[in-house]
Amino acid sequence: MLLSYREALNQAMREEMRRDSRIFLIGEEVGYYQGAFKVTKGFVEEFGPQRVVDTPITEAGFTGLAIGAAMAGLHPIVELMTMNFGIVALDQIVNNAAKIRYMSGGQLSVPLVIRGPGSAAHQLGAQHSQSLEAWFCHVPGLKVIAPATPHDAKGLLKSAIRDHNPVIFIEAQLLYGTKGEVGDGEYTIPLGQADVKREGTDVTIVAYSKMLLVALEAAEQLSHEGLDVEVIDPRTLKPLDLQTIVTSVRKTGRLVIVEEGWRFCGLGAQIAESIYSAAFDYLDAPIARVTGEDVPIPYSRPLEDAAIPDVPRVVAAVKSMCGAA
Amino acid sequence: MTVMDRADLLSLYRQMLLIRRFEEKSAEMYALAKIAGFLHLYIGEEAIAVGAIAALRPDDYVISAYRDHGHCLARGSDPGRVMAELFGKATGLCQGKGGSMHLVDLPKRFMGGYAIVGGHIPLAAGLAFASKYQKQDLVTVCFFGEGAVPSGQAHEAFNLAALWKLPVIFICENNRYGMGTPVQRAVALYENVAEAARSYGIAAERVDGMDVLAVRDLMRKVVDQVRAGQGPYFIEAMTYRFMGHSMADPSHGHYRSKEEVEEYRKRDPLVVLKETMLSQAQCSESDFKELEREVGEVVMAAVKFADESPFPDPASLHADVMVED
Repeated sequence: MLLSYREALNQAMREEMRRDSRIFLIGEEVGYYQGAFKVTKGFVEEFGPQRVVDTPITEAGFTGLAIGAAMAGLHPIVELMTMNFGIVALDQIVNNAAKIRYMSGGQLSVPLVIRGPGSAAHQLGAQHSQSLEAWFCHVPGLKVIAPATPHDAKGLLKSAIRDHNPVIFIEAQLLYGTKGEVGDGEYTIPLGQADVKREGTDVTIVAYSKMLLVALEAAEQLSHEGLDVEVIDPRTLKPLDLQTIVTSVRKTGRLVIVEEGWRFCGLGAQIAESIYSAAFDYLDAPIARVTGEDVPIPYSRPLEDAAIPDVPRVVAAVKSMCGAA
Repeated sequence: MTVMDRADLLSLYRQMLLIRRFEEKSAEMYALAKIAGFLHLYIGEEAIAVGAIAALRPDDYVISAYRDHGHCLARGSDPGRVMAELFGKATGLCQGKGGSMHLVDLPKRFMGGYAIVGGHIPLAAGLAFASKYQKQDLVTVCFFGEGAVPSGQAHEAFNLAALWKLPVIFICENNRYGMGTPVQRAVALYENVAEAARSYGIAAERVDGMDVLAVRDLMRKVVDQVRAGQGPYFIEAMTYRFMGHSMADPSHGHYRSKEEVEEYRKRDPLVVLKETMLSQAQCSESDFKELEREVGEVVMAAVKFADESPFPDPASLHADVMVED
């Protein structure tokens, strides 16, 4: 069935909320407004305001409240209007959600999903355009997911909701309207499993969230120049499915990592380190990274474009690595 | 004057005495380097934990900040397992992973001590949200110091609790100092910090936090109201910490005088209750001697248990970071 990414998320939450009354949705504008990006369209009508809870603009407060509710046995889904606002709730996410199980010696758990769009959209300015996944991945106790396709979004969100841990689920504003085939009926996708989105033999590209679309387009262009690119979407950023990437690198001998986040201490640095440790002998060239520039994301269109990886930059990185530049 | 229930008062006194002697012993063990890290003693404030928790049911939730030994013991946790946690032993409440500031005893519904000032107050709102959501007639009691009242997270939690009429009782232990900063230099409305809650429409009352009977009387009334669904309540319990903020500072110093500490010690909650018991409950010095003897044995047994318990196996380092499926 052809669905938008937005509709896939809506279906995932709707199916799960029908299945389990402990699940509730909480966040700014999730109810009567139908979601800032209309992801929760129809929810308050179906589930009522007790389970679709509109909040004041207090991310620390309602994220903390959701964590407390999870400690008491509920399964909250927190919608952050954008992941940028997660910074306001970072104390709750890092100091409470991620640590409560460990600090309590396993007595407490926090089954919780915190979801919302990350990364840049169209000229939203520096405070609304950030890719913060590396921050969340750095913290022990959190799982982090960043799906790129409607099919993955639905299956992974359902798994995230069923997980017993705090899960950060990063969407993208520019993905909400994208469409794709979604499996019929009930299905889940296990967390921690990468997916080979395009098979190839010459070079491996690892890319996630909307950078997957950039990578796939680059791979298509490169195919016309005789380069056979394999594209892997980790989908779950933590725990990372290293094995799938290693298997690919053993075949291709070359790895390019594409991420929208800032370069310094970015997720790609960690992936590169892991691959150097696990598959150094199979590499024919140093790992290349195509990343966001280390600047606050600027407003002006040409500046914003310059700050974010695009198809030409990915193509150039692959060609350079293959000696075809 | 009416004769009061002797056994009842002996029980309250015993609980306060247990906390007092436990804390004194903890200070001793800190000096002997059996306990490390931060250690915040509850000496002087015992009447609040004991009086408040005496008004609760075993299934009500209790959550606290970092000065949490008193609340945990008043909730009925095993002193041996609390001391073992302070010693960092495998038999501690949290298997040595929490420490003094992060005690948790789930079977006692003691939902934890939290060490980011103000950060646990939204959790309390969440526990209360969960019981309301599940239509359980539970109350949540949240302890914090007056130093947490100006924090943003406290205000966000007050607003949410009032907005959604959550069954939570906020108990502000106003010991007049946030570390070394007196309340009049930290809280704008320092003469009435409960205004912070009243401004959100939360009913609030001040109580003599040195008088365990006054605390319990007020709490019995408040618990009934809150359990009946009348929304949150804020209690400002006036108290004083007889010791330094932590083991790192003496009871008096640059920020407060020896004379001031001695003046407040005249209102020692143990002395206040003892006077009542001698004059109105037919208690005698021999009763107190017997309590001292029995509590002394309990505390010594707790130290012995902690001391003889094994440290955690380093192999347990990674256990309980995540809930494993």
